[in-house]
Amino acid sequence: MHPKWLVAALALGIVSRPVLADTITVVTSFPSELTNAYKAAYEKKYPNDKVEILNKGTSAGIAYVREQPAGSRAEIFWASAPDAFEVLSSAKLLEKVEVPTQGIPDKIGSYPINDPEGLYRGQALAGYGLMWNTRYLQAHKLPAPKEWVDLVKPVYFGHLATSAPSRSGTTHLTFETILQGEGWDKGWNQILQIAGNCAAVTERSFGVPDGVQNGQYGIGLVIDFFGLAAKASGFPVEFVYPSMTSIVPANIAAVAGSKSAEGAKRFMQYTLSEEGQQLLLDPKISRLPVLPSTYAKAPAGYPNPFSGTIQAKVNFDTALSESRYYVVSSLFDQVITFRHKELQAATKAIQDAEKRLAGRASPQLDEARKLAWTPPLSAEQARDKELLAVFKAKKGDDAALRRKTQIEEEWSSKAKANYARAVELASAAK
Amino acid sequence: MILVAVALAIAAFLAVFLAAPVASVFHAAFASGSGGFTLAHFESFLQISLMRESFWNSLSVAALSAVFASLIAVPLAYFTVRFRFRGALLIQTLGVLPLIMPPFVGAVAMQLLFGRSGSVNLLLNDAFGVAIPFMDGLNGVVFVESLHYFPFILLNLVVSLRNIDGAMEESAQNLGASGWRLFRRIIFPLALPGYVAGASLVFVKVFDDLGTPLVLGTTNMLAPQAYLRITSIGIEDPIGYVISVVMVVFSVAALWASARVLKGRDFATLQRGGASLQRRELSPWQQAAASAWVGLVLLLVLSPHLGILLMSLSRVWSFSVLPEGFTLAHYATVFAQSTGMIVNTLVYCGAAALIDVALGAAIAYLILRTRLPGRQLLDLAASSALAVPGVVLAIGYLRAFRGLELPFLQTAFTASALALVMAYAVRRLPYALRSCMAVLAQLHVSLEEAAENLGASKARTVRRIVVPLMAGGILAGFVTSFITAAVELSATIVLSSSASRAPMSYGIYLYMQSIAGRGPGAALGMIAVVIVGLGTYASHWLLERRSAAVARPIA
Repeated sequence: MHPKWLVAALALGIVSRPVLADTITVVTSFPSELTNAYKAAYEKKYPNDKVEILNKGTSAGIAYVREQPAGSRAEIFWASAPDAFEVLSSAKLLEKVEVPTQGIPDKIGSYPINDPEGLYRGQALAGYGLMWNTRYLQAHKLPAPKEWVDLVKPVYFGHLATSAPSRSGTTHLTFETILQGEGWDKGWNQILQIAGNCAAVTERSFGVPDGVQNGQYGIGLVIDFFGLAAKASGFPVEFVYPSMTSIVPANIAAVAGSKSAEGAKRFMQYTLSEEGQQLLLDPKISRLPVLPSTYAKAPAGYPNPFSGTIQAKVNFDTALSESRYYVVSSLFDQVITFRHKELQAATKAIQDAEKRLAGRASPQLDEARKLAWTPPLSAEQARDKELLAVFKAKKGDDAALRRKTQIEEEWSSKAKANYARAVELASAAK
Repeated sequence: MILVAVALAIAAFLAVFLAAPVASVFHAAFASGSGGFTLAHFESFLQISLMRESFWNSLSVAALSAVFASLIAVPLAYFTVRFRFRGALLIQTLGVLPLIMPPFVGAVAMQLLFGRSGSVNLLLNDAFGVAIPFMDGLNGVVFVESLHYFPFILLNLVVSLRNIDGAMEESAQNLGASGWRLFRRIIFPLALPGYVAGASLVFVKVFDDLGTPLVLGTTNMLAPQAYLRITSIGIEDPIGYVISVVMVVFSVAALWASARVLKGRDFATLQRGGASLQRRELSPWQQAAASAWVGLVLLLVLSPHLGILLMSLSRVWSFSVLPEGFTLAHYATVFAQSTGMIVNTLVYCGAAALIDVALGAAIAYLILRTRLPGRQLLDLAASSALAVPGVVLAIGYLRAFRGLELPFLQTAFTASALALVMAYAVRRLPYALRSCMAVLAQLHVSLEEAAENLGASKARTVRRIVVPLMAGGILAGFVTSFITAAVELSATIVLSSSASRAPMSYGIYLYMQSIAGRGPGAALGMIAVVIVGLGTYASHWLLERRSAAVARPIA
């Protein structure tokens, strides 16, 4: 026998693991601490089942589920961003499962915890907030922030970090919350000022908590469990929910056309049970359970969205968020992500001028502020049906794509010109 | 006849697992919706500013890494060859150390040592009030890659320098050249082949590295973009294939250019066997300066290893020069959760390396011992795998083998471990092949003739004479293939789906995606370093033994 065939036989041997009756494949964007904990606990309770974790980014997970043929798809999809589940459900890739949800309320604030059509379920809750490295703030003599609006202060210039909505669904939710809480114009003004103070707009959402945790950045805009888990693991970080935050569910759903619908149901049921919910309290996981009774077993000081320890002033409007999703993401990229250096320069010039003028009014400075911190798209324009349609156009609609590229180019060049002019005006302000 | 069958089998293997996937990538990049030829996808690629930016970033990162790697390697190589320098052994060690750690593992630790608030910048800030942006964005990628890949230049350049005939230098000196002029006009041009070979290899390796930019969070480069497009937009996204084609074209171009640079010139010095370059004595303070330089480089080169070791043992490391509180808990976590991944790595890379040495030995035999027409093509095809980036090969697998179910297993080929094994085997084949060719070229054919004169058949001769005598080289090839596959992430990350079937390199990557996972990730990284380190040591040991064994009968 040629050695090659021997090897082929050997290689085949290693891929053929025994096939169990119920292998539950879970496509998830969650970190290994969480998935390992659920896998271990579930397999202990149901020794005949085997849980396979496929760790994929949210959008990679959607693509993966979509590309598998019906009948051999994964059983479970489990991720943070609610829009991912909307995408899957509109592609008819989710299966309605009857799981008793005793004790789980229908709503958190005004936000429904479960999908009204029952295709996906809230499994944990997440809020957005500020995480900071206490040593970094001490070393740089910075005050700890409380609210989003604190971040526009000049002392924080070069000490903040955020990700971009186009790269991370959670970051999108954060900024959408600010936009909904403050209104379009004021919201963008705040976002642009915060971004101007940022040292970096990271490519991935994890880049922010990671950078804060190891002290690269002072303060980051993060989803709560990043901050809480880092703190619980002993890192010198603090986390706070600003009053203008929203609490939204992280969801779990059974995928339609999976190999084992029964297994999917069993796993989902487990994650929603008292036992499954308690796993979330593990310090390394630090997520907020959807089952209120679980909080009785939480360590002291654990945030509880059902008891009012987190004020969520914003009633998050998903329909509004979804309607302008691509517009917000793209606008952010064109005026912030891709023009970050210019925005930083404008912000710095304005802050320097403010210091120099020491509170004296200056029309030039006002004009510079306006140029630097006004979005190239007004609230009214952002509601324009035609514009929204252009950004939602499908691949292959060449006319819409061309129009979109054109609009983006306009935003981008306008932002660039405005930032440059703002630097000039601010430097010359008297 | 059996030779023809073997040759055909090898050709079929390469066609299925190398040529077809790459061809499918090219096809997808140029095919219009109706199946005709189109350049429209290239046009859109050029229209997307992120793609243009990624392209320039990849190009400049690869070029800058080659430049910085040269800055480290050229002085080191020159010291060893030119001067009687006590640190020579140290420099040799330097040449191997970086290669035993995958760059993406070191990258995270480098962030803690050299990042904005890393140890070095904290110290600098305390002492002088300045900070150096070593790790900001692309800087970080260049920094990590140049530290990792400079040995390619060092090792190649040392060999070239050693081969320079001392007579050339003497003639130049007799004609009045000395110092810088002597170096620039005589020594450097004569050493150029080694330098160019090393530098082009650095360029190609950096150009196709996916793990390092991903771990550092830099996605505006070509390899990460190809990966992100294909995994998140989907297998039908033409831009992903266009990026792949661009990457292949640039890899091939870099290798071709390096061959081209060397081709027009004749570097062979007429006589060999004369003295090498004169060794010079260093004055005491020159010696001190050289030692300081070597010491500094050694410190830099060791920093990822040191950093990852500290990370794997530290409880908390944040905004401080060194971690506070040490623990073995991360190793316990890894052994409790991820022993499967360690086993997977051993099995997959072992299987891939076995395929490689089997194919490598067969190709070497066909080329050196037979007159089979077209045998050089096999060599060419197998070696061309060097120019195919791992991420491109893996994307090719996803496309070419889409929907292919493995018989009896009910798993898709692309979701199975077999796809990983094949990708590793194809990518590492050039290494095993070189190793086998080298050892077979040293075997005098008279040994085989003697066996045949004594009545042994061809097959018996191969089995009883050729293979045993080649054993050392085959083993060295096996180890090289094995250790390089063990730390490969580019193809792994595209082809790994389920955690239970994933190898260690993917496990390290997964751990590094969360804060609490950093410690266990580093611990798994240390385990990889130990495995690869042992493998490297074993291959050196085997090569030494082999050259001793081969030297005897022929001398």
